[in-house]
Amino acid sequence: MLQVIRNSLYFGGVAALSDVSFSVERGEIFALIGPNGAGKTSMLNCISGLYHLSAGRIVFDGKDITRLPAYKRAELGIARAFQNIELFKHMTVLENLMLGRHVRMKSGVLAGGIYWGKAQKEEVEHRYAVEEIIDFLEIEHVRNMPVGTLAYGLQKRVEVGRALALEPKLLLLDEPMAGMNSEEKEDMARFILDIHEERETTIVLIEHDMGVVMELSQHVAVLDFGMLIGFGTPEEIQANPKVIQAYLGEESLLEVQG
Amino acid sequence: MTAVQSPFAIGCGDFRVNYTQDMAIYKNVRVRRRVIFLVILFFLFPILAPEYYVSLATMAGIASIGAIGLNILTGFTGQISLGVGAFLGVGGYASALLTTRLGIPFWFALPLSGIFTAGIGALFGIPSLRLKGLYLAMATLAAQVIIYFLFNHWDALTGGTGGLVVQRPSLAGFSLDSEMSYYYLMLVILILTALFTLNLFRSRVGRALVAVRDRDLAAEVMGIDLFKYKIIAFAVSSFFIGVSGSLMGHYTLVITPENYGTQISIEYLAMILIGGLGSVMGSIYGAAFITLLPVVLRELMTAVREVFPNLESIFIGIKEIIFGGIIIIFLIYESEGLAKMWRNLKDYIKLWPFSY
Ligand SMILES: Nc1ncnc2c1ncn2[C@@H]1O[C@H](COP(=O)(O)OP(=O)(O)OP(=O)(O)O)[C@@H](O)[C@H]1O
Ligand SMILES: [Mg+2]
Repeated sequence: MLQVIRNSLYFGGVAALSDVSFSVERGEIFALIGPNGAGKTSMLNCISGLYHLSAGRIVFDGKDITRLPAYKRAELGIARAFQNIELFKHMTVLENLMLGRHVRMKSGVLAGGIYWGKAQKEEVEHRYAVEEIIDFLEIEHVRNMPVGTLAYGLQKRVEVGRALALEPKLLLLDEPMAGMNSEEKEDMARFILDIHEERETTIVLIEHDMGVVMELSQHVAVLDFGMLIGFGTPEEIQANPKVIQAYLGEESLLEVQG
Repeated sequence: MTAVQSPFAIGCGDFRVNYTQDMAIYKNVRVRRRVIFLVILFFLFPILAPEYYVSLATMAGIASIGAIGLNILTGFTGQISLGVGAFLGVGGYASALLTTRLGIPFWFALPLSGIFTAGIGALFGIPSLRLKGLYLAMATLAAQVIIYFLFNHWDALTGGTGGLVVQRPSLAGFSLDSEMSYYYLMLVILILTALFTLNLFRSRVGRALVAVRDRDLAAEVMGIDLFKYKIIAFAVSSFFIGVSGSLMGHYTLVITPENYGTQISIEYLAMILIGGLGSVMGSIYGAAFITLLPVVLRELMTAVREVFPNLESIFIGIKEIIFGGIIIIFLIYESEGLAKMWRNLKDYIKLWPFSY
């Protein structure tokens, strides 16, 4: 489904990624973990096309997408939810989700301006798909609220919804549970599992909570200082000495700071 | 941040049964009725009002079409432009040349000059991919200056500082010479412009444009080609500005460079700032406000002439100061403009006497 081949990414002298390779199989939940600043978000940015690689290739669905701009990757079916919420704050939940369907819709300037006829038909059709997602994510009650007024946990949910509205083949989720309480986390975990099963979507998930990662994912890749230090099933990762060391290192660092 | 509407505050009889209704421009029956009432009032206006007021309304209406055009670009899509004056001119000159040199009837020249302006606008929108904010303002100002220079100096085409003379259009052998007939022409085109814009922004392309304004990175990840949509915004915006320029030209009957200078660009920015960025109705309020402000000021000056005899001589200066002052006040206190103030006032009245 997705092959990341020897990816490197430099910012000035800093290597955010160095020589990272892994592959994601169709239909799996793939977790990307690592300490803070390890390069996880940078990796997703490279896959979704916001950053362009300094070296290496990315192949999606058998197609080399290394040079494709972000919007073309969206057209191919790669959708993304951000770590720091990147919703359109002034738009309502509904409008955000309708925007998520942009690549699935067609009407242009003229059809839109004239509206009655083609564009209206399209809007109604796609509204059904969006309402389905709204039901699925249990956000009916805030449907018409401007997103900026919603609580943090709900915004996170709307962002997943917007990505989902694109009907992605590959869904990239950057810490969808960060900053949530345990109840919200459980809901989100359930949504992710449902997306995976009912919609047969391949998911790449960045998450710090090891319990969640072990429970949800089929494969895990571990980054540390931009390097891939572990790859395998959750069990393999838990037993990997390098990974343990990286995390222990972080813990001892925290102790020193505390 | 926008105030959260209480779920209990929805008016009675306001339930919508299907998605088509839910996506209507004016969802609330009462609001829809009010809009229809307003439109009817606009149609009756020239019958009831003296000719002088009709001509003022025509000017304000034509300016509204241009202001809506600018708002599509600046208010809805977040791309600032200081080139409105020049683009009005492009529309005006295009229309003049099409009708006088090529003998094309006004009714074709009007949309054609819009399309031509759209093309020029799209061309000058190309820098918007790389430039934002102040830098884009500078680039569009450069467009303004270049085009303005051509108006003045490309004598063979534009007639230089002397300009071009055009004629009123005629419909089925009946020339639109009267104030009333031209008012109706303006009104129909203004309504079409407003409807087109309202429709655009409740469908796919409009949403994409607003997304470009709000968060362009997220927009790109959702599949929106930033370059394409910025160019679309420049083109659609310039189309209406061109149409407005053509209408204005055939109204005043002369097309001369001084109507298309940088100060006009600033006046149009003031219209949408005062009226409300990203609001169609706001564009109309703002255009009316800026068009009528000097008229009202002049009347005031005349009224107080007895008391302060030399006030009139410094009128020009005062006008600019008041103009600038009002813009600054709006920028500081009411960034969403007249449209927002009107909404607040309505809320206040609706809740009165229980407002707190
Ligand atoms: N646009 C950028 N410019 C410069 N440096 C950057 C940029 N984006 C990321 N970096 C650097 O790349 C490194 C990896 O950052 P990244 O955000 O990918 O980490 P992360 O694993 O997502 O961390 P976290 O768990 O805190 O989200 C960091 O050192 C960061 O400073
Ligand atoms: Mg990150």
